[in-house]
Formats: sequence, structure tokens, C-alpha cells
Amino acid sequence: MIDYETLKLIWWLLVGVLLVGFAIMDGHDMGVGTLLPFVGKTDTERRVVINTVGPHWDGNQVWFITGGGAIFAAWPLVYATAFSGFYWAMLAVLWALFFRPVGFDYRSKIHNATWRSTWDWGLFVGGFVPPVIFGVAFGNLLQGVPFGFDDMLISTYTGTFWQLLNPFALLAGVVSSAMITLHGATYLAHRTEGHIQARTVRAGVGAAMVMVMSFAAAGAWLKWGGIEGFAITSTINPAALPDPLAKTVVRSADAWWANYATLPALWALPALGLLGPLLAAGLMAARRTLSAFVVSSLAIVGVIGTAGAAMFPFVMPSSTQLNASLTVWDSVSSHLTLGLMFWATLIFMPLIVLYTGWAYRVMRGKVTEQFVHDNEHAAY
Amino acid sequence: MISDQLVDLSRLQFAATAMYHFLFVPLTLGMVWLLVIMESVYVMTGNVIWKDMTRFWGKLFGINFALGVTTGITLEFQFGTNWAYYSHYVGDIFGAPLAIEGLMAFFLESTMIGLFFFGWDRLPKTQHLLVTILMAVGTNLSALWILIANGWMQNPVGAEFSYVTMRMEMTDFWAVVFNPDAQAKFVHTVSAGYVTGAMFVLAVSSWYMLKGRDLEFAKRSFRVAAAFGLASVCSVIVLGDESGYTVGEAQQTKLAAMEAMWETKPAPAGLTLIAGINEAEQKNDWEVDIPWVMGLIGTRSVTQEIPGIHDIKAANRIRIENGIHAVVALEALRKDRDDAAAKAMFEQHKADLGFGLLLKKYVVDVRQATPEMIQKAVDSTVPRVTPMFWAFRIMVGLGFAMLLLFGWAFWSTLKMGCAQNPWLLRLALVMLPAPWIACELGWFVAEYGRQPWTIYGVLPTHLSVSTLSVNSLYGSLAGFIGFYTVLLVVEMYLMVKFARMGPGSLGTGRYSNEPVHTPAHA
Repeated sequence: MIDYETLKLIWWLLVGVLLVGFAIMDGHDMGVGTLLPFVGKTDTERRVVINTVGPHWDGNQVWFITGGGAIFAAWPLVYATAFSGFYWAMLAVLWALFFRPVGFDYRSKIHNATWRSTWDWGLFVGGFVPPVIFGVAFGNLLQGVPFGFDDMLISTYTGTFWQLLNPFALLAGVVSSAMITLHGATYLAHRTEGHIQARTVRAGVGAAMVMVMSFAAAGAWLKWGGIEGFAITSTINPAALPDPLAKTVVRSADAWWANYATLPALWALPALGLLGPLLAAGLMAARRTLSAFVVSSLAIVGVIGTAGAAMFPFVMPSSTQLNASLTVWDSVSSHLTLGLMFWATLIFMPLIVLYTGWAYRVMRGKVTEQFVHDNEHAAY
Repeated sequence: MISDQLVDLSRLQFAATAMYHFLFVPLTLGMVWLLVIMESVYVMTGNVIWKDMTRFWGKLFGINFALGVTTGITLEFQFGTNWAYYSHYVGDIFGAPLAIEGLMAFFLESTMIGLFFFGWDRLPKTQHLLVTILMAVGTNLSALWILIANGWMQNPVGAEFSYVTMRMEMTDFWAVVFNPDAQAKFVHTVSAGYVTGAMFVLAVSSWYMLKGRDLEFAKRSFRVAAAFGLASVCSVIVLGDESGYTVGEAQQTKLAAMEAMWETKPAPAGLTLIAGINEAEQKNDWEVDIPWVMGLIGTRSVTQEIPGIHDIKAANRIRIENGIHAVVALEALRKDRDDAAAKAMFEQHKADLGFGLLLKKYVVDVRQATPEMIQKAVDSTVPRVTPMFWAFRIMVGLGFAMLLLFGWAFWSTLKMGCAQNPWLLRLALVMLPAPWIACELGWFVAEYGRQPWTIYGVLPTHLSVSTLSVNSLYGSLAGFIGFYTVLLVVEMYLMVKFARMGPGSLGTGRYSNEPVHTPAHA
């Protein structure tokens, strides 16, 4: 059996992998949803857009479900504290996501312009709102979240919903939304042609610019804008039984930059987040759409990795009861469960990638208006 | 202190969202196998009517599936949003099957469903059939892991409490997986889903036959549904009995409440068919018994006694009194992990920790618990009898009614008569809601019957909630009800519309009610 400390580290990486996987896979169909009302002008054009992700959105959405389940199993305290603390934000995500399964499946079943346009905007909400909120959530994690525990580890969130919508967090929301829109654009450009593709490329280039600027601005704000990071000052025994109240935590101005100072190779992550979107935009404009999708995926790794590397070992720092901050060492499940879930992930994740890849291969090629005509009753 | 109102609203929200989800799940579980059967016949015979059947019933399956997915999203996250202390306290065990469900089952099901709908022209026949089979396997594995998680709430095996981490921790994964409660529940629940799928196809096909349209299509569908339904309903009843046996072993309170057994009866106990329940005086004013049967179901023996409510409560009183010591010792240990006296005290009483925690509903410091509070806690250990007793009886009654219907339908298809008896067809149509009612009541009996616990004997429901404001709960509950009501109306509208259109909605030109072709350009 792998030792506890290593497993705790592995699970930090695995949650990262699941988040990135979610952003790449569910992200591209959310991006398509965001673009839908703008790049599809006629009903048939919109059906083309929808059918590029029609066979895949459901499988992709499982990254979100499984991500939730994996955090439950590996970081139960994070699952409990974050989702109850961010109650209304989480409900907004869920309610926005409600529009997707029904939107995709029900939209084209009725010939009625109002009906279809309503579902189109529903798909837009389902694609646009979740990435914004996830970005806002990350923005709040970087600033610390007002929560604490009592002796029995009952958690209480002492902030309000509106407090989550502070300027820095909103900026993080812009980064996330632009990132997902760009990513969706690279995919949509790859699967469409003609007018739709041209509009998509234009929108994608715009999203790439917004992403680069907002990401750079967020970095600058974090560096010079007075946001203090968190650091553990007591000695930590990474192999100990998890007890989130057993450490001492302080805030300091450059705590979020400490890991970059210790391990300069980490600068590759923000570099990827800054250069990736520009390269993806260029490739997309040159109609090298598949490469653009790959590069955009790497940019996602860069952006999420940048935040993760800055915060490590913190996952959810507390701004009001500093010592209650949740870290990769003390908010995890037991040695047995971490090991078990590691093996389960190791076995099933490659299988998932394999059959998902097969599904995309089966459905490959451009989705055209002709396809929609020919599949009037079967296509979305 | 956590208010009762917060707990009640959190429970109401969970119950509403879970039971709503379970309107769609059973149909998915059952129809997916009917699709496998129909498509297999198509692949083996090459007769295109079986392909049309797969595609048409698949269309209705898809309309239902969309809401199953929508409402399922809520459930994966609601433990965190509304049951934070529960999630912390048992996440080490409970989270694992949920995560494995995603990895092993839900990914498979959701990826294959895309190919099922979009892959008809892209895949060779056999590969498409393989996709349909994998979709069915994924769906059923999904149910397996969810019921392993739920089974552990009913019978928490393979885990123990740690005062350092202040939670339950897994000690034996395989004990959790092969929990007899989970296994019996799994087969009982998926079989109930199969019955639901069969009932749906049977009833809609009956309607086509009553209308005299698409007869070839309807007759074949009816035949498949009748055979599959008969096998499934037998499985539901047999495994329901197995569930009864495991409940009798693990959860005496649930069994006693289901059966309105106030007193311990001499073995082998009789089965109370119906009774006049008097909750105030804690007795039955009258009852109709069948001798011996309950003893056989509950204990598989003629000599073992099944304890009645009064005896169970007396035993629980002792556990609550012991539990006070466990809670006090735990609170001392949380302040000082090395307190040797507290550790010894805790070790001695830890088996009753959950019972001590029941008092937290009435008082913060359990040492201050008055005899009235202890009495209230004792009374709370058995759920209310009337709803349990009748919900269970209606469920079982519907089960046997469906057994008769499927038996009749199957016998009737065996005769291969061209015209089905119109009374049979009308009965099938009238019985359409029966499996849904039975499924919902089954969940009710299982979950309400576990009260006052979220984890039976370990964690009281009252302690499990997130520390949210009551106003937040009113807001979210209203939001869920509003959202779900609108979605249900839309779903029902589409379901009825496409069921009425029938196979003509495929636009193949082979059936009645073909849609007029509308130009694709809007």
C-alpha cells in the first residue's frame, strides 16, 4: 500500500486532473452553449451548433458529477464545507445546469420558434453561468473564505452570498468565462464550416484577448493589489491523521508566491495561461482548429495549475478562523479510502478516456446544414 | 443549536428532490433492457420493425432520461450543500461508492447514450447493439453503487468511529460492497425499475391496440413487455421478501413500525394484514392476522422472536443512557486528545455514541438531559407507525396486482391471438401509474423508516444538516419545487405528445400519424 503522505499528494494532483478534465471536456460544450445564440443566426444554424456537442455533452457532464463524487470521497471536509458555505452559488450552478439535459433533448422536438429560442437561451445559461461561478469561487478561495469549525468539527459559514461577488472574484469569473468560451470556440470551429465557423473564430479570438488580459490583471492584483496569501507556521506531519484544527496559519503578502520562489519551474504554468490563448487564437484564425483545441486545453491546464500551485497545500483557506483552513494534509479521507479511490481512478480513468475517444471518433467530421435536414426527426 | 425547523426543511428538500428524481430513474432502468431486447431481435432477424421499435421507445426513453439526468445532478451535490455534517462524518465511507458510481457506471451510461441516439448511421448493426448493451450495463451498475451507498446508511458495516478525525472511517471496503442490505436492495430496486419499464411499454402499446393503429408494432411491443414484466415482477416480490429479512436483522425499528408490532409476539409471529392503529395509546385497536407468516419472513425460523416496539424502546433507553457517557467522554477528548480517563470511558461506551447524540436534539450539554428529554429521545427511536404500515401495504398490494396483470398479459400473448382482450388492454392502461406509486412508497418506507437516523444507529438526522439559515432553506426549497414543477409539466407534455404520435414520429413513412414534413429553414 502506498504511504499516506504520498496518497495525500497524489489526491491533490488527481483532483487537479479531474478539474482540468472537467474544464476541457464539459468546458468545451459549455463554451459552445455560451456561443450558441450568437454564432447561430437561423434555426438550422443553431441546430448545427447544438449537434456538434449533441452526442457528447451528457458524457462530458459526468466529469462534473464524478468530480463532485471524488471530492466527497477524497476530501470530505472540503465537499462539506465548500458546498454548504457557497450554498447559493452552488444552487445557481445546479439550476443553470438543469437547462442543459432538457434543452438539448427537448428543443428540436417541437416546431415552434418561441419554444426553440427559449431553450437556446436556456442552453446559453447552462453554458455561461457555471464557468463564471467556478471562477468566482476560485477568486474567493484565493482571498480566503469566512468559515470556521467548533470542537466537534461542525462548520459554519459566516459570510453572505453577496460577499462572494467581490471585485477580485468577479475578475476571476471573467478569466474562467473567457477561457471556457475560447475553448468552446476552438471545438466549434473544428466541427463547423462556412458562416458559423467564421463567426465562431471571431468570437474565439475576442475571448482569447479577454482571457489573456484578465488573467494578467488577476496576477498583477494578487501580486501588488494587497491580497494576502496564507502560510502554515507550525510543523506539519503530512502522514498524521487529518485534524484541521491542529495547525497554526498566518497571512502574509507574498505567501501565494512562495511555491514559485521555491520551485521556479512552476512559472511554466502562468506562462502557459498567458501564451496559450494567443497561440490558440492564431491557430484558430489559420483554421488549424484541432491544434487550436489542444493548445486551448493546455491553456486551461496553465490557468487552473497557476491557482493550484499558488495555494498548495491550501485548498480552502479560512479568513476568519485561520487555523481551520483546509489543506491537502488535514481535510482528506482515511488512508484506506484514499488508496482505494486511487486504484479505482487508475483503473477506470483510462477506460473512460478510451471509450470517450471512440465516441468522438465515431461522430467525427463537420456537422453541416445538410446533416440537420437529413436527420430532421433524430437530430437535436 | 440547530433548529428543528432547519432540520425539517432540509429533510423536506431532500425528500422532494430524491423522490422527484425517482420518478424518472425506474423507467430508465427498465426501458434500457427493453431496448436491448428489441434491438437484439432486430440484429438477429434483420426485421426493420424491431429497429423502429428500438428507436421509437428509445425516443420516449430519451425524454424521460433528460429529466433523470437533470434531477440527478442535484443529488450528487445536495449532501454537501444541505448535509454538511453528514458529509464530513461519513464521507470516508459514503463518498467512495458515489465516486466509483461516476467512474465505473455513469460515464459509461452517458457516453453510450449519445452514441445510441446519434450512432444509428455511423455504426455497424452489431456495434450499435453493443452500445445499447453497454448503456444498459452502465445504468444498472449505477444503481448498484448508489444502493451500496444507501445500504450503508441502513446498515453501517465495515467502518468505525475515530475521535481524532471526529468521523466514521472505513475499515473494510468489501464489507461495505457486499453488505446484505445493499445487495437485496439493489436487486429489489432494479427489478422494480424493470417492472416500471415493462408497465410503460405495455400500457402505451395497449392504447395503440385499443385505437386499432400500428397493430404490428404494438403487438410485438406488448409481447416483449408482458414477458419481461412478468419475470421482473416475480423478482421484485421475491427480493422484496429478502429485503424484509435483511431489514428484520439490521433494523428492528423499521420492521416493527412497518408491521405495527407494538408487543413482542411469541414465535413464529403472525403477519398483520390490516389493523386499526392507535398511535396515542401505542396499540392496535383491532387487527387481522395470518399466523406464522411474519416470523418466517422476518427470521427465516419458527422459533426466533421478532421484538415489538415497546421492547425495542426499552432496550434503546439503556443505549441512550450509556450513550451520554460516550458523548461526554468524546467532548473531553476533543479538548484534550490525551485525556486517559476520557479515553477509557469512551472505549467502554462508544458503541452507544449515536444514541447519546440523539439527545443533542434537546440539549447542548447531554449531562443536563432531563428524564423528559430522555423519554422524548426514546420515543423518537421508532418512526411513526401509521404511515409506515400503510405505505408498505399499498406497495405490496400494487406489486401483487401487477403480478396478476403481467400474468394475464403473458398468458394472453402465449395464445398468439391477433386481437387482445379489450378488458386486458384497458386494465393495462389503468394500471400505468401503479409502478410509480409503488416505487415512491418503497423509497418512503426505506428512508422514513430509518428515522431518526441518517446513518442507522450512528448519526442522528438532526445533527447531519448544514448550519444554514431557515430563510435559505425556504428559498432553495421554493426554487426546487418551482423549477421541478415546470420541468415536469414540459416532460409530461412531450411524453404524451410523442406517445400519441406513436412510431409515426420517426418519420420513416411506415406508420400512421406521419408528421407533415416541415422545411428545415425556419
